[in-house]
Amino acid sequence: MNYIFYFLIVISIIAGAINGKLTDVVNAILSGAELSVKVAFSLIGIMAFWLGMMKIAEKSGLVALIAKIIKPITKHLFKGVPEESPAIGDIAMNFSANALGLANAATPIGIKAMEELQKLNKDKSSASNAMCMLLAMNTAGFQLIPATVIAVLIGIGYKNPTEIIAPTLLVTSITFLSAITLAKIFEKFWEPQQVISDERENNENK
Amino acid sequence: MFQQLMQAISLWALPVILLLILTVGLCKKVPLYETFTDGAKDGFKVSVNIIPYLVAIIVAISMLRASGLIEMTGHALAPILHLFNIPVDTIPIMIVRSLSGSAALGVFSDIAHTLGPDDYATKLAAIMVGSSETTFYVLAVYFGAVGISKLRYALVVGLIADFIGIVAAISVCNLMF
Repeated sequence: MNYIFYFLIVISIIAGAINGKLTDVVNAILSGAELSVKVAFSLIGIMAFWLGMMKIAEKSGLVALIAKIIKPITKHLFKGVPEESPAIGDIAMNFSANALGLANAATPIGIKAMEELQKLNKDKSSASNAMCMLLAMNTAGFQLIPATVIAVLIGIGYKNPTEIIAPTLLVTSITFLSAITLAKIFEKFWEPQQVISDERENNENK
Repeated sequence: MFQQLMQAISLWALPVILLLILTVGLCKKVPLYETFTDGAKDGFKVSVNIIPYLVAIIVAISMLRASGLIEMTGHALAPILHLFNIPVDTIPIMIVRSLSGSAALGVFSDIAHTLGPDDYATKLAAIMVGSSETTFYVLAVYFGAVGISKLRYALVVGLIADFIGIVAAISVCNLMF
């Protein structure tokens, strides 16, 4: 990430200079920073709502029940996550919310799943295999109905906007399965997480 | 029929989930109000935790978009993509969809409005936008919320999957339209 961050900024400045858009690039810093805070603050309310709902679902045993149902699948995808961890149920709910196109619900629930996985994580600053898998599931963006896209198509007078659903579903399924497979493959070949002792971790945080 | 079913799912998904959570909670005698507020407390903390990560990603991407590099790459790629019968208009979507969801949607609306409903580019763009998620944003939000800064292979997997998604969209669109 260090290199990507450096690369993105350096290349923007160079390309901006070449294109004579350096002013725009500089202005983008301010507008981007503002946008980040706006995005984060707009999440607060809906985040609180879904974290509250998820707490109820967790206490009532609903999350555990869902986890039990999908256990045959998650057992393979999330090795090392104990069955009794609420993470599994949260992951299932996150996936369902994504599939149904409920992005507002999916993000808070996914973050909650991430927090549960973080509790099990050995090195709190680096992503565990399970976390990478959950991220892969989310970056692939699996959803049954592309509602926003359909809305735009209806807006321009597309006669049969639902004909886009089947091909989109096919593509999104391919992407999703590739993401999961890739995450599984990388899990085997990537350098494993280092278990850092508490002392060293504390020093690094300073 | 299919269309109505899809609309019904979109409309009822959220209410049904809420009813299910609350009804099961009530039946299991969970104190609904206390539990809800107890869980909801963390909403602020989590959202604020994300800010540094979002600023890093969103500022860098805003700078990239303002620099004109995306258009430059588009021009450079155009001759190659032309060989595969891929409309030039859809190139910005391929580049931008991993970086910014609103930008990808903006480019798509633009294509849809200028080229109209019958154009191949509109359909391809619709499939590419509808089947993707903004990898960099998801990464910043999900890992930012728990303070993960060492991504390991997460970004690589996301980007390769995005690329596979683009290839899949082009192939499927070629076959169907």
